[in-house]
Amino acid sequence: MKGPRHYPGFAAMTVGCLFILYAPLLVITIYSFNGSTSITTWGGFSLRWYAEVFTGPEAGRFGAAAWNSITIALIAAVLSTAIATAAAVAMLRGGAFKGKSATFALINLPLMVPEIVTAVATLIFFSVIGLTPGYLTILIAHITFCIPFAYLPIAARLQGIEATYEQAARDLYATRGQAFRLILLPLLAPGVISGALLAFIISLDDFIITNFVKGAGMETLPTAIFGSVKQGIKPNIMAISTLMLAVSVIFVTLSYLINKRGSVPPTT
Amino acid sequence: MAGMPPKLPETLGESHGYRPIIAPLLAPTWGMIGIFLLLPVILMAVYSVLTKEFRGGVDWSFSLAAYDQFFITRGLFGDEQPQIEWTYIAIFWRSIWQAGLATLVCLIVGFPTAWFIATRPAATRSLWLFAITTPYWVNLLIRTVSLKFLIRDNGPLNEGLMGLGLIDAPIALVNTNGAVMLGLFYSYLPFMVLPIYAAAERYNFALSEAAADLYAPRWVVLREIVLPLMRPGLIAGCILVFVPSLGAFLAPDLLGGAKSFMIGSLIEEQFKGSMGNWPFGAAVAMILMTLVLIALLFYARTATAAREGAK
Repeated sequence: MKGPRHYPGFAAMTVGCLFILYAPLLVITIYSFNGSTSITTWGGFSLRWYAEVFTGPEAGRFGAAAWNSITIALIAAVLSTAIATAAAVAMLRGGAFKGKSATFALINLPLMVPEIVTAVATLIFFSVIGLTPGYLTILIAHITFCIPFAYLPIAARLQGIEATYEQAARDLYATRGQAFRLILLPLLAPGVISGALLAFIISLDDFIITNFVKGAGMETLPTAIFGSVKQGIKPNIMAISTLMLAVSVIFVTLSYLINKRGSVPPTT
Repeated sequence: MAGMPPKLPETLGESHGYRPIIAPLLAPTWGMIGIFLLLPVILMAVYSVLTKEFRGGVDWSFSLAAYDQFFITRGLFGDEQPQIEWTYIAIFWRSIWQAGLATLVCLIVGFPTAWFIATRPAATRSLWLFAITTPYWVNLLIRTVSLKFLIRDNGPLNEGLMGLGLIDAPIALVNTNGAVMLGLFYSYLPFMVLPIYAAAERYNFALSEAAADLYAPRWVVLREIVLPLMRPGLIAGCILVFVPSLGAFLAPDLLGGAKSFMIGSLIEEQFKGSMGNWPFGAAVAMILMTLVLIALLFYARTATAAREGAK
C-alpha cells in the first residue's frame, strides 16, 4: 500500500500531534490523584484533592461557581438551540427571501468578531443601558454567542433531509405545525441534540466574555479557576480541572455518537 | 370554507410553506445577535471617539484622544513635537508576529496530520478526526493551565528530561515568547487540521497517481499538484488559527511574561479597576477588529479567486 498518496513521516507527525494535544491533559489528570501536598513530588494514589473540592475550605466558592456555570450553560443551550432551530428552518426551508445573506452574516457574526472584542463591546453596551453586571448579563451574552454553534450542526442536518417527507405530510392535509412537529423535528433531532450539546460546552468553556460582563462577586467555574491559578496551580485546581475535562469529553463523545447514528440517511 | 380544496403542494414551491412565517422564525436571531452583539460593536466604535472621564467612565463628547494616544506621543508633558508612539504599535507587531508564527507551526504540523487522516480507510477516518477535535472541546483555560503545569521549571517535562539525562538544568519555558507560541499552537491546532482535512478529502487522488506514473517524485507531486490544489483549505486553516491567536488573552496572560504582552492583555487592562481607560480600550479593540476584517477580506478574495479558477 505504498501509493503516491503516502508520504513518509506524515503518520509520525499525526501521532506527534495527538501526543502534544493529549500530554498536558493526561499529566494534569494523573497529578490530580497525587497524594502529596506538593505538586512536584508524587505521593501515591489518592482521592484527597477530590474530597477537598467538595468539602475543603474553598468548596463553597467553587460550588456556587459550578452552580452558576451549569445553570447558565443549561439555559443558554436550550434557548440558543431553539433560536438556532427556528433560524435554520427559515434559512433552509424558506426559499429565497430579502435579507437572507445579511441574516447569514449575522448568524456567523459571533464567530467572526474576536472574543475579546465581543467582551469589550458587550460590557460597554450593558453599562450604557444601565444593566448591572451579574447573572443576567452573563446569560444574555452566552445565549448570543452560542447561537452559531447550535446553528451549524442543525443546518448541516437539515440540509441532508429532503423536503419530500414534509411535502407528503402536507399532501395528506397535515398543517404546517403538524408537518414540522411530527415529520421534520424527529428527523432533525440528532442535529438539534448535537447543537444543544455543543452550545452547552461552549457556554461552560467561556472565560473571556464572562470575565468582562460578570461584575464583582459573581463567578463561574472558569473565572473562579482563573482567580485561583493566578496564585499558583494548587492540587485542588487539578482535581476540578480533571472533573471539567471529564464532563467535556463525555459531552463531545455523546454528540459524536448521536451524529454518527443519525448520519444514516433516513431514506431507507 | 369547508368546501374549498386544500392548497396544492406545488403552490408552496421551494418554501415548503414556511415562507409566511420567515420573519417570526428569524426574529429571535435578529433580536439576540442584533441587539446584543451588532449594536454593542457599533456602540464600541462610538465609544472609541468619546472623551475619557476619570474612574473609567466617559464624557459624551467627540474626541480622537484615544487614537491619538495609540499612534502619537508628545512627550511626558505633552509639549514636545508630535512623534509616532511606538509602544502600542510594538505590542500589535509582537502579537501579529506571535500569531503568525503559531499559524506557521500549526500549518507545518497540521497539513501532514490532515493528509494522513484523509488517506485513512473511511471506517477509521472519523475516529481519527474525533481524536484530533476532542481536546478543542475541553475548556481552553484548563488546557492552558495544564500546559503551564507540564512545561514549568520543575514540572514533569523538565523532570522527565533531567531524569533521562538529556539536560542538566531545567529549561526555562514559562514566561517566554516560545511558551506563548506553544500555547497558541496548542489552543488552535484543530482549527488548522479541519479545513485542510476537508480539502484533502475532496482532492482527486488520481492526479497524484497520474503524476507518479509519469515518474514525478512524490515530493514534487506534493509541491506542484497537491499544495496548489489545496490552497483554499490551507488558507482557511491559517485564517482560523491566526484570527483567534491575534486577540488571544489566556495563553499570553498565563504562559507569557511581561515581555510577551499581547493585544488581548492591553485591551483587558483598560477595563479593569480605576486605572482603566474605556475609550482607549474601545479604540484598541477597533484597531484589532480592523486587522481581523482585513484578514477575512483577504480570505474571501482568495476563496472567490479559487472558485473562479476552478471553473
